[in-house]
Amino acid sequence: MRIGVVTFPGSLDDVDAARAVRLAGGEVVPLWHADAELPAVDAVVLPGGFSYGDYLRAGAIAARQPLMRAVVDRAHAGMPVLGICNGFQVLCEAGLLPGALTRNSHLHFRNRDQALQVERADTAWTSSYAPGQTIVVPVKNGEGRYVGSDADLDRLEGEGRVVVRYAGGNPNGSSRDIAGVTSADGRVVGLMPHPEHAVEELTGPSVDGLGFFTSVLQGALSA
Amino acid sequence: MTVDTVTRAGETPDEEQPHRELGLRDEEYLRIRDILGRRPTTAELAMYSVMWSEHCSYKSSKVHLRTFGDLPRSEALLVGMGENAGVVDVGDGYAVTFKVESHNHPSYVEPYQGAATGVGGIVRDILTMGARPVAVMDSLRFGRADAPDTARVLPGVVAGVGGYGNCLGLPNIGGEVLFDDCYAGNPLVNALCVGVMRHEDVRLAKAEGVGNKVVLFGARTGGDGIGGVSVLASETFDEHGPAKRPSVQVGDPFTEKLLIEACLEIFAADLVTGIQDLGGAGLSCATSELAAAGSGGMRIDLETVPLRDSTLTAAEILMSESQERMCAIVEPAKVEQFLAVCAKWDVLATVIGEVTDGDRLLIDWHGERIVDVPPRTVAHDGPVYERPYHRPADLDDLQADLPPTASADLRADWLAVVGSPDGCDKSWVTEQYDRYVQGNTVLAQPDDAGLVRIDEASHRGIALALDGNARFARLDPYTGAQLNLAEAYRNVAVSGAVPLAVTNCLNFGSPEEPEVMWQFAEAVRGLADGCRALGLPVTGGNVSLYNQTGDVPINPTPVIGVLGVHDDVRTRVRGGWRAAGETVLLLGETRPEFGGSAWAGVVHGHLGGLPPRLDLDAERALAGLLARLAADGAVTSAHDLADGGLAQALTESALRHGVGATVRVDGDPTAALFAESVARAVVTTADPAAVRAAAEAAGVPVTELGTTGGDALVVEDVLELPLAELRSTWTRTLPDLFGHPEDVVGAVPTGAVPTS
Repeated sequence: MRIGVVTFPGSLDDVDAARAVRLAGGEVVPLWHADAELPAVDAVVLPGGFSYGDYLRAGAIAARQPLMRAVVDRAHAGMPVLGICNGFQVLCEAGLLPGALTRNSHLHFRNRDQALQVERADTAWTSSYAPGQTIVVPVKNGEGRYVGSDADLDRLEGEGRVVVRYAGGNPNGSSRDIAGVTSADGRVVGLMPHPEHAVEELTGPSVDGLGFFTSVLQGALSA
Repeated sequence: MTVDTVTRAGETPDEEQPHRELGLRDEEYLRIRDILGRRPTTAELAMYSVMWSEHCSYKSSKVHLRTFGDLPRSEALLVGMGENAGVVDVGDGYAVTFKVESHNHPSYVEPYQGAATGVGGIVRDILTMGARPVAVMDSLRFGRADAPDTARVLPGVVAGVGGYGNCLGLPNIGGEVLFDDCYAGNPLVNALCVGVMRHEDVRLAKAEGVGNKVVLFGARTGGDGIGGVSVLASETFDEHGPAKRPSVQVGDPFTEKLLIEACLEIFAADLVTGIQDLGGAGLSCATSELAAAGSGGMRIDLETVPLRDSTLTAAEILMSESQERMCAIVEPAKVEQFLAVCAKWDVLATVIGEVTDGDRLLIDWHGERIVDVPPRTVAHDGPVYERPYHRPADLDDLQADLPPTASADLRADWLAVVGSPDGCDKSWVTEQYDRYVQGNTVLAQPDDAGLVRIDEASHRGIALALDGNARFARLDPYTGAQLNLAEAYRNVAVSGAVPLAVTNCLNFGSPEEPEVMWQFAEAVRGLADGCRALGLPVTGGNVSLYNQTGDVPINPTPVIGVLGVHDDVRTRVRGGWRAAGETVLLLGETRPEFGGSAWAGVVHGHLGGLPPRLDLDAERALAGLLARLAADGAVTSAHDLADGGLAQALTESALRHGVGATVRVDGDPTAALFAESVARAVVTTADPAAVRAAAEAAGVPVTELGTTGGDALVVEDVLELPLAELRSTWTRTLPDLFGHPEDVVGAVPTGAVPTS
């Protein structure tokens, strides 16, 4: 299975996302933001980092790059897309996911090992987990506070679109401890924590993050 | 306004020049006239003034630093001192370059930008060598933690280090955060960067090949940081120019990230013959150093330099320290490809001149010659001073003022030491740094050393530690520098790595004070002797002088960095106890040594006596043993003993994963818990017999302390500390001072958030 990993100017965790895809058994296709055509890939990962230096708003400029038009079109057609951290911000800015990510409530960048509860284990990116499972992956962001109007948040929760929630402490003041959400069809997932940093015993706090990448591979096999 | 050309300078030999305002002494100015055979032009004077500054020329420190060059030649050293950073062979064809640099003064004036551009500058130094930067570290010193100004400086510095490094995608893997009154008006911000490359990819800063093009790339040149070394603020220098400008540079890490990626692509395609970053003294430094290292000839059309501010004068352009700029020497046939790579990464690149067959650096401004100098005289032939020095008058009294030796309340003292600003949990700081990016961080703070994997297939890695105890150095700078070397060496060894090379950042007061100069000379002599004894080369370093407020200098602060190599990072040894029922062993020998100790300082407000006795043979034996234990998988954790002694090490080991221990200490409990004798580490093991046997073979004394387990630290017959109480004391210090992590700053008004 071919999984594209997009590099924008200022992407930082593209190497890490590619490593996670490889460790899960996928084939990595590096994608360049300025290309208008999306090559033959089965899924796309938008990695973490500071695309365009977070200028204007985090993710705002990246969301308007040529490649993103193709990604949005393919996502509407059902291609799985995972946005991690800055990638989540890009997905919100591109309109593929609802809500917005704003400055952390305490105004500091924060990097810590974070417990998450998996609420949806039936999306394209979380089917390897059990519903309600607690996992530990790093969180690291300065603008990771997920916000939305109460009505929108009620609707999201009603539709079961909260994929992962912070457990044992909220690192950035996100509304209702929301760490990640999904599209209505469960194919597009965005989250602030970094599953790609928890794929090896040696370098991560756990290997709990690998499940995001094995999920999409298994999904493709069973499809 | 008339341009001060070379011709005009020849015709107006008696024109008054503001050399003193630019920081040049009368005799230095006369020497420039002597070199040129005429008065310098305004632009030439600007170049000499910044390049002959203490910061760029090392004029006070040079005579002492030569000692490092006299160390025995190390086989591991591929490129020595004098280049942007030294390069070390770490095996399998890999080379590593690492260096620490200070950004102390800017960080006091503007903490965020000062610290941020300190990181940016050292990263460019590493990049310039042809390496991909893989990690950063930072060694920070502030005034008293509860001083009002520390509340201004510390949060800004930490946010600046994090803001820049995080945005570059470089993991921050360790460092120090310490406090002392002596830094109140002069905080220290020392940033380290380490980079990795293949042996054949090492690049040097030299301009060779007549006809090759000089390409300036990266950010535009602005008026920021002009005369960061001296005083462009002087009205007399150019009263028609732009208003006074802040002398602190402003960083743009996004541009630097693009510069890194563009450079690595340029290196991979072999598009440059020489490269230099623009740091202190900007274009003056880059052009003169590149030309001096090559055949000597270079011509620049200065008006082609892209500007952010069109009103800048030629001299200002030459002195500007605008960040995120590099200068490359490119063969004409490769220029197009070079510019294409830059365009791909949205990096501005401009051909500004070429290498010539002469031996002069010539700079033209709209067709008129404004600089015509032998580049070596600018870059390397600056003044060298043998500053007078003598032992501080108060040192005998200080050393005779012996520290207390007995604790009146061991439990209270324990809590005071681990809860002190120096001993407490530093998560408030380190959580603001990304330690995971790049996915190769094996160990990071709060481990004793940072450890980064450099090859996923072979599992090869490099370890780094930075240490700079200034209290020891104040009591005895010769021994103090060696104690810092020993601590960094030990920290690297604790991870299981083999120490390989040394860098340093020497922070001292004014070299014009003979007592400070003595401290500096002693520290350099000590470091050189220490490196000789340990068989390690000094690969480079940085000197920061004039760290003083009025006539009160900081404590001498030689910050020492040690690099180690790890053949297989899978065998790394971590800090912190993970399981109950393991044996806790103390390696090394404890003596009642309290001079300069954290206990004496925190509990008694005392700094006096002599620092602990140095024993580099014992350090070597301990390091060899730790490497062996790691390779054999014989220990489950290791932690070095340093500031705060055994009490500090036990606290950190227990709180890491919430596993307590019951231990026994023999003899005087104050010494056992708080003495800071060197060459010691505490390890845990499931196989104490194997560790004992290995220690005996290595000649390292072993003491069995006790067993892990429980939810308290118990020292039998002495004290008991529940982990909850210990954790509360250890963790709350910095949040109480600088804000609790869960504090919400501001609130989002209802309805202010856009709906989807």
